[in-house]
Amino acid sequence: MSRLAAKFEELAQTGRKALIPFITAGDPRPDFTLPMMYAMVKAGVDVIELGVPFSDPMADGPVIQRASERALDHKMSLRRTLEIAAEFRKTDQLTPVVLMGYLNPIEAMGYEGFACAAQRAGIDGVLTVDLPPEEAEEYSALLTTRGIDPIFLLAPNSSDERVRKMDAAGSGYIYYVSLKGVTGAGHLNIADVENKLRQIRANTRLPVAIGFGVKDAQTAKTIANLGDGVVIGSALISKIEANLDDPDQAKNEIVELLASIRQALDC
Amino acid sequence: MTEKYNMPDERGHFGPYGGIFVAETLIPPIQELNAAYHQYLKDPEFIAELDADLKHYVGRPSPLYHAERWSRELGGAQIYLKREDLNHTGSHKINNTVGQALLAKRMGKTRIIAETGAGQHGVATATVAARLGLECVVYMGSVDVARQSLNVYRMKLLGAKVVAVESGSKTLKDALNEALRDWVTNVDNTFYIIGTVAGPHPYPAMVRDFQAIIGRESKQQCLEATGRLPDALVACVGGGSNAIGLFYPFIEDNSVKMYGVEAAGDGIATGRHSAPLSAGRPGVLHGNRTYLMADDDGEIIETHSISAGLDYPGVGPEHAWLKDTGRATYVDITDSEALEGFYALTRMEGIIPALESSHAMAYAMKLAPTMTKDETIIINLSGRGDKDMQTMAKREGIEL
Ligand SMILES: Cc1ncc(COP(=O)(O)O)c(C=O)c1O
Repeated sequence: MSRLAAKFEELAQTGRKALIPFITAGDPRPDFTLPMMYAMVKAGVDVIELGVPFSDPMADGPVIQRASERALDHKMSLRRTLEIAAEFRKTDQLTPVVLMGYLNPIEAMGYEGFACAAQRAGIDGVLTVDLPPEEAEEYSALLTTRGIDPIFLLAPNSSDERVRKMDAAGSGYIYYVSLKGVTGAGHLNIADVENKLRQIRANTRLPVAIGFGVKDAQTAKTIANLGDGVVIGSALISKIEANLDDPDQAKNEIVELLASIRQALDC
Repeated sequence: MTEKYNMPDERGHFGPYGGIFVAETLIPPIQELNAAYHQYLKDPEFIAELDADLKHYVGRPSPLYHAERWSRELGGAQIYLKREDLNHTGSHKINNTVGQALLAKRMGKTRIIAETGAGQHGVATATVAARLGLECVVYMGSVDVARQSLNVYRMKLLGAKVVAVESGSKTLKDALNEALRDWVTNVDNTFYIIGTVAGPHPYPAMVRDFQAIIGRESKQQCLEATGRLPDALVACVGGGSNAIGLFYPFIEDNSVKMYGVEAAGDGIATGRHSAPLSAGRPGVLHGNRTYLMADDDGEIIETHSISAGLDYPGVGPEHAWLKDTGRATYVDITDSEALEGFYALTRMEGIIPALESSHAMAYAMKLAPTMTKDETIIINLSGRGDKDMQTMAKREGIEL
């Protein structure tokens, strides 16, 4: 069983929801990421989504765009992101790590080369924002044979047929984008998410993580309870951005926010 | 290639290129657009309305003008100019926006968005939006806002909101990113009018089909003027819409050579250019697989060109396919060569071309002398130079 499947099974058995932080690798500096990953594990996260910086992050709002720009200013890349993940895996064999990014860096590396490198780095899942399942056959096959879960997204306007397609094409979990918009947007509607989750649940048995627009512990709890887990991205990266001259402070604030969310989720 | 040309396939693939590479939220509106596009393409009422608009609003057919003096001066092939510069709003871009706006109306969309580089597509979009009474937002890189300020003012006059994009390289690609972000946020009421043969399927095929009027008219006009098909076609390639518009109706006519001219900026060897077909590699950006300017890590490289409309790191997927199959040839022209083309046409024929089109002129100046006097070249004069007066005057040290 994959690390992701095992994690979600363990969570289901203990009746807990997954806390999934997203940070961009190399933001604000390459040496920030690895200690941050360890600190997040300590704060009680279940899965880490590691953003691969890209020059043209079309699905991201301004906060994650700027994170990408800061990382690229330090020559962060898919290759170096994998190096950080490999370093993390040396001392943490339990926490699943999911790469999240755009297709072109993977195209540049070559699907096969990427799948091999990701396996060597101990990556558990890959979520490629601009790769729908119709174009993903070869990519998914190469990942799956190496024990890596291809993770796909669903959106508020996805049809039943679309949900079933993701169910067939993906594994690990489904990422439900909880609003029509970019990451970090401010118009999350809980009732809409609740309705949509009913439709999604009827068409897939994969765990569903919900993200986009979640900023605080209370919303995180409400959202997580509608699915199997919650993803927090822009809210964490805002802490990095607010403390660019003091990365330790950024790390402390991120840990604090995640710990408070963990507490809210578990009580 | 004598067999029938029948691209793209149902999923929008031109061989390995094209396709649909977008975030999940955009899949439903793209499916909706694809269905509408296939429905109305065959709808006689839609076609009649489009034809009427092209005739009475755009001013088609545009002339095919024999540049006799310039041809004589160059001492080779007879040069004919397809006068897209004479269209309403001053470029070929309006052929496409008229078509997409009619689709938007049929689909009940109330809000139009667009990206623009030189501002010609933005103006053409703001124009049709004004005519149909639709809300219009145009995204434009802040670098382009500065160098094409005349067009920014035109768009505002027409009632459009122009958003200066400050991210990335602040040019056309970043405007496209921002338009995609808007579309994801406002999918329900918004129609995205893409200005070139890029983006996810069906855009590359749809924009081509709306622009193919250029080639259909050219073919007929050339037969009338010379009694035979042209020997060569020349067009500049940014995203590639004016080029494919001219090329497409000739693809099965194997005797007709096709030359797409990319912007070499300071020169291909300097790395400061916008020539993905000449010096790029296949990859995925803005919804399709095509040739891109990217580094070894797959990050998109900043592009350079004197012309904002060619300053784009990708190119329409059909051009990628035509390059690989050898049906079309892609060449490149530097900024300074383009300026020579600009001055040559202005002084020899009394026609001031857009800086984008000037790249095609400059290549024709190299090509024509290698051909005989009874051969013909059709150059797509994709737009007029009015928008570039400020840039040109500044280069000459003149304050307007
Ligand atoms: C006059 C003119 N020609 C050409 C272009 C390049 O676009 P395309 O390659 O799609 O024709 C532009 C774009 O702004 C333009 O304004």
